[in-house]
Amino acid sequence: MAAPVKSPVDGAVPAVQKLTIGKALNMGLRAAMEADDKVLILGEDVGKLGGVFRITDGLQKDFGEQRVLDTPLAESGIIGTAVGLAVRGFRPVCEIQFEGFIFPGFDQISSQLAKLHYRTQGRVKVPVVVRVPYGGGIGAVEHHSESPESLFAHIAGLKVVSCSNPTDAYWMIQQAVASDDPVLFFEPKRLYHNGQLKSEVDTTTPPGPLFASRVVREGTDCTLVAYGPSVKVCIDAAAAAAEEGRSLEVIDLRTLSPLDLAPVFESVRRTGRLVAVSEAPSESSITSEIAARVQQECFYSLEAPVLRATGFDTPYPPSKLEEHYLPDLDRVLHTVDRAMGW
Amino acid sequence: MPSPEQWTHPEPGEGPAAQAAQPSREQVIAGLRNTDAGGAEVTQLLTPEGERIASPQFDRYISDIDPDALRGLYRDMVLVRRADREANAMQRQGQLGIWVPLLGQEAAQVGSGRALRPQDMAFPSYREHGVAYTRGVDFKELLGIFRCTDHGGWDFQAHGFHPYTIVIGNQVLNAAGYAMGQKFEGKVGDDDGEATIVYFGDGATSQGDVHEGFVWAAVYDAPLVFFCQNNQWAISEPTERQSRLPLYQRARGYGFPGIRVDGNDVLACLAVTRWALEECRHGNGPVLIEAFTYRMDAHTTTDDPTRYRLSEELEVWKHKDPIERVRVHLARNGYADQAWFDQIQAEADAFATDLREFCFNMPEPPPERVFANVYAESSPVLDSQRDEFLSYLAGFVEAGER
Ligand SMILES: Cc1ncc(C[n+]2csc(CCOP(=O)(O)OP(=O)(O)O)c2C)c(N)n1
Repeated sequence: MAAPVKSPVDGAVPAVQKLTIGKALNMGLRAAMEADDKVLILGEDVGKLGGVFRITDGLQKDFGEQRVLDTPLAESGIIGTAVGLAVRGFRPVCEIQFEGFIFPGFDQISSQLAKLHYRTQGRVKVPVVVRVPYGGGIGAVEHHSESPESLFAHIAGLKVVSCSNPTDAYWMIQQAVASDDPVLFFEPKRLYHNGQLKSEVDTTTPPGPLFASRVVREGTDCTLVAYGPSVKVCIDAAAAAAEEGRSLEVIDLRTLSPLDLAPVFESVRRTGRLVAVSEAPSESSITSEIAARVQQECFYSLEAPVLRATGFDTPYPPSKLEEHYLPDLDRVLHTVDRAMGW
Repeated sequence: MPSPEQWTHPEPGEGPAAQAAQPSREQVIAGLRNTDAGGAEVTQLLTPEGERIASPQFDRYISDIDPDALRGLYRDMVLVRRADREANAMQRQGQLGIWVPLLGQEAAQVGSGRALRPQDMAFPSYREHGVAYTRGVDFKELLGIFRCTDHGGWDFQAHGFHPYTIVIGNQVLNAAGYAMGQKFEGKVGDDDGEATIVYFGDGATSQGDVHEGFVWAAVYDAPLVFFCQNNQWAISEPTERQSRLPLYQRARGYGFPGIRVDGNDVLACLAVTRWALEECRHGNGPVLIEAFTYRMDAHTTTDDPTRYRLSEELEVWKHKDPIERVRVHLARNGYADQAWFDQIQAEADAFATDLREFCFNMPEPPPERVFANVYAESSPVLDSQRDEFLSYLAGFVEAGER
């Protein structure tokens, strides 16, 4: 059983604050470190610089260099030593600078992090969190905009989640740290400092469990399912569709492994239509899995096949072209039109 | 598309750490220790004061560098620096998505790059604009990467200059494989032999790929020069975060020679790299060169070095400027007069203007570029994905919306 999440010390922070996702993650990490002195942060530039996105800003100053480690430049080293530290009783939180740089650590993630509990017949717990800023839309060069989350969901033994708003960011990171399983925590980097998403975060009560999807907008004509950066796109698309008299339901998956599809099944049984949205290439992905399972569970309720609006099956293009690559509001609505016109 | 401001960092002074970022005394000392010219081990042929130091071991590798050739190296460095500054400015003006400055590393790059012969191959990381220039890659050809219109499209075989590599350390193994190929094809063994050089930073030396590259090159006797530009920082992390040992000394553990050269001394970089390449050509490779230098600007235009770096350190390194020492040497010995320096500066300005004009007029790539060259052979699935997307886009044109 996962350790309960302790709330921050009474009076330390106001109960309700207006935060961006980036700031919420920073505060969530701080709360996790205060709650348990076995929590460590490891990564490149996470100390004095506060990470290249400033998510760990100020933590090394307050918790010291043995709890916030600027590591040598080696992802296999970051993950591999985190596994060892976890075996020793620590709860390491690794930061991978950009998702495109996780692959030198992929071997440690898939061979050790994911399998140690299984291999030791449950004797060893590896409560490691790997934080991965991911996704596009930031106008960056190669390797800075990808969405590799499906690769990790495919690996048994890992849990994979992604947040899409400040409240979830604040709570999910603490819940991930408290989880006794390895959690790959995918953070929508383009939303980190997005002022539009700034919202009030209740820092006293978690809004729900970590491994559960949630309906974030109700609707009756068609269901949109998304996670991470695409959730905002879907909410905006639903608002635009509403102006034209069409009612779209939006579900934020939040957890990609285990995939919590019960709310999606329930929704599809009402709306009869599903569009799955993700920035990742579509082949062998989270959205493929959704399509397969919804087809299986909701066959008689479906009015149209499950459709997808995703990145293409190409490498992430030079970013001058990313507006084409990323499923935007227009492409989501176009796909909804197709589902409705079936 | 969101503007770059949406993902760049909070301004310095905003975060809570900003007020507390004063470095400790130990950190100050560690930082300044690094600015000590690299210790007694460093090979130097031209001092920061512009004085030529004789070297029994290396002089013969630059016996052809007469005043004319030295003026050529000076010109190279001035042009490269000017173009680098122009690109940095263009990023600030929103014309480039990002820029990776090379300021301060001109001698390491021009010196080592000019040591290469046409038959050689260079594997860069992402900061080697000066090496690119010496390989005849037009500075303009680099801009697409930073304007984010392409991933680097130069003809790498024609130039002997591999595409840039962003993932830290990856290229070191690729270079080892390439050099093994040169060896397997019998292109090693005499003065006309082939060799490969691979560039990486001090931070990269921690990556498994780099260590594996050392092992591979060593056990296959690959003609590979490992050229590590130790510019003291890997973004915010000092070299002490990567190694206990001076980096060049690591080579010994893998069974090949390592040498530290003053990376701000273009003559020393040229001589030492020529020596190392010659070793490789004759089948005595690999060799590790640690060019001891300093990153005078931010890591990239998205970085904020004031959070981790000391201004004192920067000041110390200003006195070791790679271009200034050549200028002093040329002037003091009467090899160049003010008119000549002015002429080079004018040439550099024209070079930069040309670059700027090119950048402003760069065409946007068409949408079908997203799908081009994913595979060498055709992929029916991808072809239909492309066709479907293009007809979707055409719908907007018909509706007059895009
Ligand atoms: C595998 C990998 N991890 C992280 C990064 C992000 N990153 C880009 S440059 C850099 C620092 C590199 O330092 P160094 O090797 O010393 O080279 P320098 O840029 O100083 O020349 C980091 C961490 C990356 N590009 N690749």
